Amino acid sequence: MTDTVTGAGMPALFGARGYPAALEWMARRAETFVIPLAALIVGMALLSLFIALVGKSPVLLYETMWRGGFGSWFSIQNSLSRAAPLLLAALCVALPARLGLVVIGGEGAIVLGGVAAAAIGVALSGAPSFIVILAMGVAGMAAGGIWIGAVGALRHYRAVNETISSLLMAYIAIALMNQLVEGPLRDPASLNKPSTQPLADIYRIGNIPGMDVHWGLIVGVVACLLSWVLIEKTRWGFAARIAGGNVRAAQVQGLAVGPLIVGFTALAGGFAGLAGMLEVAAVQGSANASLAAGYGYTGILVAFLARHNPLAIVPVAILLGGIDASGGLIQRRMDLPDATVLVLQGMIFIVILFSETFYGRFKAFNPDLWTRPDLPRGAA
Amino acid sequence: MTDRFMLSRRQLLKTSAAGAALGLASAAFPIGKAFAAATTVGFIYVGPKDDYGYNQAHAEGAAALKSIEGLTVVEEENVPETVDVQKTMESMINLDGASLIFPTSFGYFDPHMLAMCKKFPDVQFRHCGGMWDKAKHPMNAGSYFGYIGMGQYLNGVVAGHTSKTKKLGFVAAKPIPQVLLNINSFLLGARSVDPSITCQVIFTGEWSLAVKEAEATNALVDQGADVITSHVDSPKVVVETAAGRGAFVCGYHANQSPLAPEKYLTGAEWNWAKVYKMFVADLVAGTPLPNFTRGGLADGFVKMSPLGPAVGEPARKQFDATLAEMMKGGFAVIKGPLKSNKGAVVATAGQAFPEAAIELESMDYLVEGVVGSTA
Repeated sequence: MTDTVTGAGMPALFGARGYPAALEWMARRAETFVIPLAALIVGMALLSLFIALVGKSPVLLYETMWRGGFGSWFSIQNSLSRAAPLLLAALCVALPARLGLVVIGGEGAIVLGGVAAAAIGVALSGAPSFIVILAMGVAGMAAGGIWIGAVGALRHYRAVNETISSLLMAYIAIALMNQLVEGPLRDPASLNKPSTQPLADIYRIGNIPGMDVHWGLIVGVVACLLSWVLIEKTRWGFAARIAGGNVRAAQVQGLAVGPLIVGFTALAGGFAGLAGMLEVAAVQGSANASLAAGYGYTGILVAFLARHNPLAIVPVAILLGGIDASGGLIQRRMDLPDATVLVLQGMIFIVILFSETFYGRFKAFNPDLWTRPDLPRGAA
Repeated sequence: MTDRFMLSRRQLLKTSAAGAALGLASAAFPIGKAFAAATTVGFIYVGPKDDYGYNQAHAEGAAALKSIEGLTVVEEENVPETVDVQKTMESMINLDGASLIFPTSFGYFDPHMLAMCKKFPDVQFRHCGGMWDKAKHPMNAGSYFGYIGMGQYLNGVVAGHTSKTKKLGFVAAKPIPQVLLNINSFLLGARSVDPSITCQVIFTGEWSLAVKEAEATNALVDQGADVITSHVDSPKVVVETAAGRGAFVCGYHANQSPLAPEKYLTGAEWNWAKVYKMFVADLVAGTPLPNFTRGGLADGFVKMSPLGPAVGEPARKQFDATLAEMMKGGFAVIKGPLKSNKGAVVATAGQAFPEAAIELESMDYLVEGVVGSTA
């Protein structure tokens, strides 16, 4: 950068200030892209070391990952199918995170949402499919919402640590599901795999036309968009961000922090519950122990990688879906254990957490450097 | 490298043409039982392949196929019972060209395997668990399973001779018919030695939950049980914990004797190699694969681990005698007069349910002498 940069002759896109304004615009946003991307690459590079140590080719590994995750239309659909539940599971972490809460028990809300949806679906059997599916969605969201909303309420009104309580409540939720599925809700015909009564086919959710991916993907993307609008464009979102920044300050400002926390956690749990409902209505056809498949925990990783930005959750979920989809091919083609993919996810997670310390450290990302070239470099 | 992973239509045609040509050639000049075209068989496991349990038993069966010339075995472990397993099956078919798939976990069947059967009518699917029903399910699907309760009866015979406290322990996953039959068989085997023996059962509620399995094992030993067995996906934790506490153990699913060489008595193992070789032989011969296959000790579907060093002579004798009896066929573990531990009559005098009896598949009771409850 030199001090000769002026607006003259620059594209009109950024108005009279031209080039510097464009740079400023980019500099303001580049940081949130470049740092996670660099972290991703560092994480992959670290895995390469391990792969090379066990005598396999890292190049072949990443080539296989690409093929398994995104290399063909089948692979892309495979990745998208796996990403679908992660979108909603990640929102269960990202929304409370904007309030400064670390909720890691989304698995519980998913499981209970699935059971509630299955119970309603069976109870209403005979009603028009539109009504039943809607009722299942509402039931799933309500069950998940109550579960995680309770975590928020415990946090605000009883000062119970939300991280611990949400995790412990996830175990309770899974036990509750087992109890219900093996007891009152059990289909007597499900002898060796206790399940609820199967949903009739008309109450099942099918695939997106032209794709081998169920509608849960669209629901998840829409939920991410709505969450972004909620956080960035509404006064509740604004209030939540204030409270997340400093609860005391928010209270001094007269914000209703309690309802805000309960509302956001309940909505987060509602999304996770909806993921459970979709799992039942689109994939499993009944509620059983397969609901506890770990989506809630992978969702934590997605949300952290996306830095709790609902829009960023979409690409991150697809990326992780792709990594997951490629896991099988890695096992089959390279004779590496299934844990390879878990190790990669873990490494990326750690590097991303570590990279949090780099925000604001690089002068290149400081807008002043680009808009105020007259300032000495050191002052940026 | 580009085309290594995806079979284009052109390539497929080429390979099939080559395969057909080779097929004709081998018909003209018989070259033994080698495959005309490369055949791929896929195995899918719900847990790790080296779990000393359910999944290892299947992986050992798959490994037995790897030496067959012209046969490619592809495997995937830790595949959950979600859309993941559907995609794994599709991936094996689309990317590896698998023509026979064994999704080995019980929960893979409905809806996952059934959905794939519909989608790929030319691919054969055989599921471990015995759910296939001609009236309801497609013909390219099928089931295979083994009567392993007999093995638990033999475990019980050895346990009955070995126990000094006359108290046995059983760590079980869920109170479902298969598990209940194993628990009952174990106790009845022990009671064939000494009718005063009891067996305490603890259900962990999950197929794989190491912490609870260890707690349950410790609790059983604390209560005086001196021979422990289990029915969970991986008996590793139970075996190591029990042996660490000085109790004897009987194995399940696979051979766990390397984990506790001194304390391991014997174990009820699957012998899937036999079953998988049978299916593959049909595939080679071009005959339709059976849709429903079951067998027990006599059929070679189930086997016993070699008796351990702690097994005494009387135990060895009765073990051998009972095993010989079972090999003749028609042996019934559940036979009257027999009551449940709640006092209900489950078999009247003279009534007997041999291993293939359909009534055993909806078992919902624990027999007299088992301490524990199904709910």
